[in-house]
Amino acid sequence: MSSEAPSFARRSHGWMGIKRGHRARPLEWIIEKGIQLVSYSAIVMVFLIFIFVSREAMPIFLGQMDSAAVRPALSVDEAMKLPKEDLRKYLDMTPDEFVKADAEVIKMLVDLRIESSANETTDKDAKLNTTQWSHLLGPYQWTGYTKPEYIWQPVGTIHKYNIVPLLVGSLKVSFVALAFALPLALGAAIYVSQLANPRTKEWLKPAIELLAGLPSVVLGFFAMIVMATFLQSVFGYATRLNAFLAGIALGLAVIPLVFTIAEDALSSVPRSYIQAALALGSSRWQAAYKIVLPAAIPGVFAAAVLGFGRALGETMIVLMTSSASILSWSVFDSARPITASIAAELAEAVFDGHHYRILFMLGTLLFAVTFSLNLIGDIVVHRLKRRLEGKA
Amino acid sequence: MNKYMTKLAVIVALAFTSSCVQAAIIVVKGSDTMVILAQKWAETYMQKNADAKIQVAGGGSGVGFAALQQQTVDIANASRKIKSKEIETCIKTFGKRPTEYKVALDGLTVYVNSDNPIKELSLDQLSSIFTGKVKNWKEFGGPDAGISVYSRENSSGTYEFFKENVLKGQDLAANAQPMQGTAALLQSVAKDKNAIGYGGAAFGAGAKHIAIKKDDSSPAIEPTEETIVSGKYPIWRYLFVYVNPSLDKGQIAHYLNWIRSEEGQGVVKNVGYFPLPKNLRE
Amino acid sequence: MNPHDLSEPLPAPARFKRGRFDMWAFLFTGATGACTYLIITILFVILGNIILNGHSNFTWRFLTGGADKGMYDPATAGVLPMIVGTASRIILMTIFVIPIGVITALYMTEYASSTSWHIRIIRGAVANLAGVPSIVFGLFGWGFFLNFIGQNMDEILHPGGASAVWGKPALVWASLTLAVMTLPVVVVATEEALKSIPQGLREGSLALGATKLQTVLRIVLPQAMPGILTGGILAISRAAGEVAPILFTGAVSYYPELPKLLTDPFMDLGYHVFILSTQSPNIEQTRPLLYATVMALLLLTFVLNIAAIIVRAQMRRKMRLLQ
Repeated sequence: MSSEAPSFARRSHGWMGIKRGHRARPLEWIIEKGIQLVSYSAIVMVFLIFIFVSREAMPIFLGQMDSAAVRPALSVDEAMKLPKEDLRKYLDMTPDEFVKADAEVIKMLVDLRIESSANETTDKDAKLNTTQWSHLLGPYQWTGYTKPEYIWQPVGTIHKYNIVPLLVGSLKVSFVALAFALPLALGAAIYVSQLANPRTKEWLKPAIELLAGLPSVVLGFFAMIVMATFLQSVFGYATRLNAFLAGIALGLAVIPLVFTIAEDALSSVPRSYIQAALALGSSRWQAAYKIVLPAAIPGVFAAAVLGFGRALGETMIVLMTSSASILSWSVFDSARPITASIAAELAEAVFDGHHYRILFMLGTLLFAVTFSLNLIGDIVVHRLKRRLEGKA
Repeated sequence: MNKYMTKLAVIVALAFTSSCVQAAIIVVKGSDTMVILAQKWAETYMQKNADAKIQVAGGGSGVGFAALQQQTVDIANASRKIKSKEIETCIKTFGKRPTEYKVALDGLTVYVNSDNPIKELSLDQLSSIFTGKVKNWKEFGGPDAGISVYSRENSSGTYEFFKENVLKGQDLAANAQPMQGTAALLQSVAKDKNAIGYGGAAFGAGAKHIAIKKDDSSPAIEPTEETIVSGKYPIWRYLFVYVNPSLDKGQIAHYLNWIRSEEGQGVVKNVGYFPLPKNLRE
Repeated sequence: MNPHDLSEPLPAPARFKRGRFDMWAFLFTGATGACTYLIITILFVILGNIILNGHSNFTWRFLTGGADKGMYDPATAGVLPMIVGTASRIILMTIFVIPIGVITALYMTEYASSTSWHIRIIRGAVANLAGVPSIVFGLFGWGFFLNFIGQNMDEILHPGGASAVWGKPALVWASLTLAVMTLPVVVVATEEALKSIPQGLREGSLALGATKLQTVLRIVLPQAMPGILTGGILAISRAAGEVAPILFTGAVSYYPELPKLLTDPFMDLGYHVFILSTQSPNIEQTRPLLYATVMALLLLTFVLNIAAIIVRAQMRRKMRLLQ
């Protein structure tokens, strides 16, 4: 830890630590506490995001949703004879709603239930509750299929909510993005930080960072309108919009991020390392390849992890370039990442229904995964910097 | 700097206070398919009735129903029928079933690439293509090439209609590629020689449409206004608007009646959908 | 020893060492250089393609026209509602995010000691907020601002009112969602600016008898103004092109009126690019319109980005002089 640093340096940030002394006033104290409270807002927001996204998904996590297409329907007389509490449960009402509802409303709801059970399907799967974890994650042999399969078909009489195709889609697209972005961005970072002469460097760096200024919807548009045709004519694959295209477009969004982090890590390697190498007779590229790169390798790792997190969470690009939710690891098949599903389907899903809740569950999952990836990336970068600055 | 800050603060404060006062305007929201239609209706109606003010927004059929239930809109546009779960939430919040009006017809057209020699298909053949049972064009007398199937986004009303009515509820082939909109789909069909896809008849350019046979023995029907309105063309659907019955009076009722009048239905034709048959206009 | 010391420039990169051709140096430098220039080429191909196809429709009438007559017709369609919608949501966002971001950065650099545990937690939270996927912000805005804050506001402000005023997609909720998303950008930029202010200024002020708060408000904050400005511009340019967070919180595909109230929905440039690329009735006919809209969006974000780069460069030069 920083115990060996001189005490003056430790003071330098805590200069307010010069004790508050005689001039401190109550008003000032209150303002100071106010500042402290406001500064906690970032922490509060992270918690609120987690709470409010997972809150909507809770019924799925707790297994309280039922998506069965066939629900038992009671006749009006039977329903009216039910005890109040049972009737409320039968009609899926909150206690609040139940108190407000008059007899006419209750009767309408009972009628509606009978009516909707009248166009009941004969499908053997109609009684299944597809929001159970076994159906969300495991394969199942649906009517009309010859073997158990993983199917995401949320709209229809029978809602098939298997999330495995979406998970595979997300991973597949992100791996392609990383495979494309990492070598390019790393090469550029080495060149810009170690090999380019200072004058070129001055415009190269902002030019690459300008790529980060391209909104993702513009990248998505470009991929869909221009790149799709170009890549298909070069590689000659059958599916126009596929994981490969989405991955390349996503890679363009990831490059500036990976480049910035890797370049930062490479430039924070102390100059004395390079000077020593040069003094011993190595050339610039040998110093870069044998001294700087190994010293900064954790930073490169962090850049890859953070880039992967960014690729997993990117929405507009994959929304515009991805398509079918099929389970396939081939990059030339289409893929449908989690984010694309949420963005495309939430607006049409029945508010508070099972499809809606499952999309929120996917959002919670996405948040948890990217949160962990970011945590790992940040810790690695932080440690590396401390080590290179000679503090660890 | 400070001057600007004060100005900004005043604007924000004004916005806050004024947002509490709601003008009496008819708010319409819902299906993206119907946005252009709803917009043209509103425009024409406002020209005829100077005192009327109508505001149209898209978002999706589900968004429209959610807004109807939360009572943030007066009229919800939908390219699909309301679902029982949505009726249920409406009854729970405002104690009434939303009133349903059929307002126009839309024919779903099946498109292939303009180089494809196939001119007609039956509903059974369509279903076998879209469910993935038949994978090669030569089965229908076309070239020996794999069929690439394009579909619509699985949340769209078009998709749901196609799935329920042509595929009779079966799942689409796993490799069918859903497109965000009919435009994107048409573009793909125009670029892909072996493609087949479906979309609203309002969208025509860029690909070739296919005549449809109800079954193997019946004649192939082209999607035209005449065949769709008369019901001869087998794949068509209604477009709906829904309204909270307690609001269905005064200006709103007048507007809804006008939509279904000769004049309102004329607008439907201009936008590329098809007018209701006379007996449904009431 | 300062590893970032630039006072001793390193010798220029030697591709040829002592007159002998070093193949590995040539390959290594060539490969990394190729990566760099490939990225830049891709960037210019994208920009060139957009400008080539978009410039002909990028007219004054297009920028100032409404969307109420023929949204998909290149001859009549305009993007004024989208420009106003995008501008209002980013201005509102700035009003929300700047004070909170600046105060957080002030606390972290001026008040708390750098080793204290809550600094570490705040820093961790800020870093994580920066990595949360944009669509998750959209879900959060929908779940928290619309359905929690908005609906409760309706119950308190309009008890028994039939229709929701606040609990629906609106300009204010989209702006707040974006403010949460861009908070890290402002915090990081302000912190950087605060740290670069010489310690002597603070000590001088304290020595003259000013209190801590007076020092912070009158000495430190004015010095950090360019940094705060950069943070604001970077936040705006990040938010200007974002679509996913506003999908469910305020943007709609069609609402040709200019947003006047905080509770109005709005059209948005970025969302409109998405709509035009996927929902257009005739993609060939609307292509010029689509390209011109992309150009408008790019112009907006690039002007902001370049402004941020210039302000930051000037600030750094000033700081170097001061130190």
